[in-house]
Amino acid sequence: MNAASADAIPAQRFDWIPPALLLAIVLGAFAMIGTPSTWVTLTVAGLAMGLLIFIMASGLTLVFGLMDVMNFAHGLFIAIGAYVAASTVKFFSAAAGADSFLANLGAVVPAILAAALVAGLLGWFFERVIIKPVYGQHLKQILITTGGMIVAEQLIHVFWGPDLLPLARPATLRGSFLIGDIAIEKFRLIAVVVGLAVFIAMLLLLNRTKIGLLIRAGVENKEMVEAMGYRIRRLFVGVFVAGSALAGLGGALWGMYQESVTVHIGANMMVLIFIVIIIGGLGSIGGCFAGALLVGLVANYVGYLSPKIALGSNILLMVMVLLWRPQGLYPVSKQ
Amino acid sequence: MMARLLSGDLPRSRLLTTMLVAILVGLALAPFLFPGTRPLDVAAKVCVFVLLVASYDLLLGYTGIVSFAHTMFFGIGGYGVAIALSRMEVAWSSIALGATAAVALSLVLSFLIGLFSLRVKAIFFAMITLAVASFFAILASQLSNITGGEDGITFKVPELLRPAYRLLDEPFLGTVVGGRFITYYIVFGASLALFLALLRVVNSPFGRVLLAIRENDFRAEALGYRTVIYRTIANCLGAVVATLAGVLYALWLRYTGPNTTLDFAIMIDILLMVVIGGMGTMYGAVIGAAIFVVAQNYLQEAMKAFSGAMKGVPLLPDLFHPDRWLLWLGVLFVLSVYYFPHGIVGQLRARVKK
Repeated sequence: MNAASADAIPAQRFDWIPPALLLAIVLGAFAMIGTPSTWVTLTVAGLAMGLLIFIMASGLTLVFGLMDVMNFAHGLFIAIGAYVAASTVKFFSAAAGADSFLANLGAVVPAILAAALVAGLLGWFFERVIIKPVYGQHLKQILITTGGMIVAEQLIHVFWGPDLLPLARPATLRGSFLIGDIAIEKFRLIAVVVGLAVFIAMLLLLNRTKIGLLIRAGVENKEMVEAMGYRIRRLFVGVFVAGSALAGLGGALWGMYQESVTVHIGANMMVLIFIVIIIGGLGSIGGCFAGALLVGLVANYVGYLSPKIALGSNILLMVMVLLWRPQGLYPVSKQ
Repeated sequence: MMARLLSGDLPRSRLLTTMLVAILVGLALAPFLFPGTRPLDVAAKVCVFVLLVASYDLLLGYTGIVSFAHTMFFGIGGYGVAIALSRMEVAWSSIALGATAAVALSLVLSFLIGLFSLRVKAIFFAMITLAVASFFAILASQLSNITGGEDGITFKVPELLRPAYRLLDEPFLGTVVGGRFITYYIVFGASLALFLALLRVVNSPFGRVLLAIRENDFRAEALGYRTVIYRTIANCLGAVVATLAGVLYALWLRYTGPNTTLDFAIMIDILLMVVIGGMGTMYGAVIGAAIFVVAQNYLQEAMKAFSGAMKGVPLLPDLFHPDRWLLWLGVLFVLSVYYFPHGIVGQLRARVKK
């Protein structure tokens, strides 16, 4: 390919408006809140929440983009992740109870990895058994994944019991750092670090590897990718499993953050996740990231500024974004 | 006469006819056949859920759209009556006013949601309705000075409907003819009438257009039917009937709260009833609701016996624990979607064709 034809297809220009909007919201909130310490605390909390939501939502939006499959049972993987994490932390209770940061990590890291592993395996099973027979049939997909969720929630009750399961956060991860008069909860910082790591890894995978290229191409035009001789179904199974594993990872972190696990943890998150991927544009990973941060930040700011509206802030946000851009922040161009 | 009453949509299967007649007779004579409070509660719940499920089937089975906001409309009906009767004087006019306001609110909401999200894919509509319904459930539990919060609203009903009221001094055929008796027949009569009306709707030319949209919306659009408008009308119609079902249920319970109306678990129940009974057949709603409500109330006892008998075997007692009855209905649901897309009614009708 020579230089002339490379010029003929201009690179897609990055849409700077959503990030600018995020920045404007962060700065606007600073003006409205007034006290810098509160603002920092709220911003970190919002970022942590947004990144956690992003971890859980990213798989769902990619799966939809690739294969037009919407998994209404995605919350199940979140719940499974949280339950597995609770069991693992209990298993390593000696390390979790110790008063050293490294020993605590020795309990938390296995818990998170186990959660991702189990959720990923379950995702593989779920894709093969539940979703494969209903490719391309939206109505049946919604019904069958909802049905799968009912059965799986009941099975969680069978294995872990119907009661609320405590998930104690190890000692050194509780409390907050104090920098001057700014309080930052330690666990939120961990969530921010893990979330950013996942996001960067995902960006690198999607933009710098061949698999990533195929996934992006598949979201845009899957027939063409198949015509080139790539098995999009196999790719899809991989994305589904990775998405489920990420949901499990997010569920483990979320469960530790709340310090308790119930079977509804996933279903409750699902509403937020749907809002995020609708705001971002169905199938768009960048949109999912922007949407998650938007939801996390707005929820925290509004919760502080006027708690009465906080309940509806997500829905209002979604309505406003959709009125502005009906296809979401970063619409996916479908052929 | 019968064909006219059923809008020409006969059961078309001898076994199905027998089941439907049995359910109809059972419900019509419930106060006489099954004395006691609990069986009458079950019968009233069956009536209300037949109506609720039938209105949901109008959306899912006939129009091919999945809504997760049906319990929201059910709840609006319940809260409408509850708020009217607890805030204003206890009279029939309050019931009428509460029901009218609830229906109006449901109409506006369903119209807005429909217009907003029915243009695009089924999945988008399902996601939006899920978000709106969960928002509404949170709203109802938070605005406790209006809705009573988590506790809900217990309210008084007009004199005629109160359990203490007696129409006849002597029991008639061994049954006390009082407030509960009258309420039951109001619930039963209204449910039956509205069910027949829905049957009329789906067998009208309008219903045929809905079916066409379900089968192939591009083609329906190409034939000149504005699919958005038809879908929105179906959505509004389903919402109004669900609201009326909510009104009836509230009158029967004399209570409205998040757990009896807005809970997502009820949405799941409705889905199970529609799919197991049979999507795209109004009779499926009757069969599904009857089987489900009876199972809900009596299956648990059977499972308790079985679970007790299996004591000592690993895992089995847990799988058949009485609280796990939903597990088995869920499995039945998944199998139904794969293998019997038209549920029990579809199976019965298919046997006749062979």
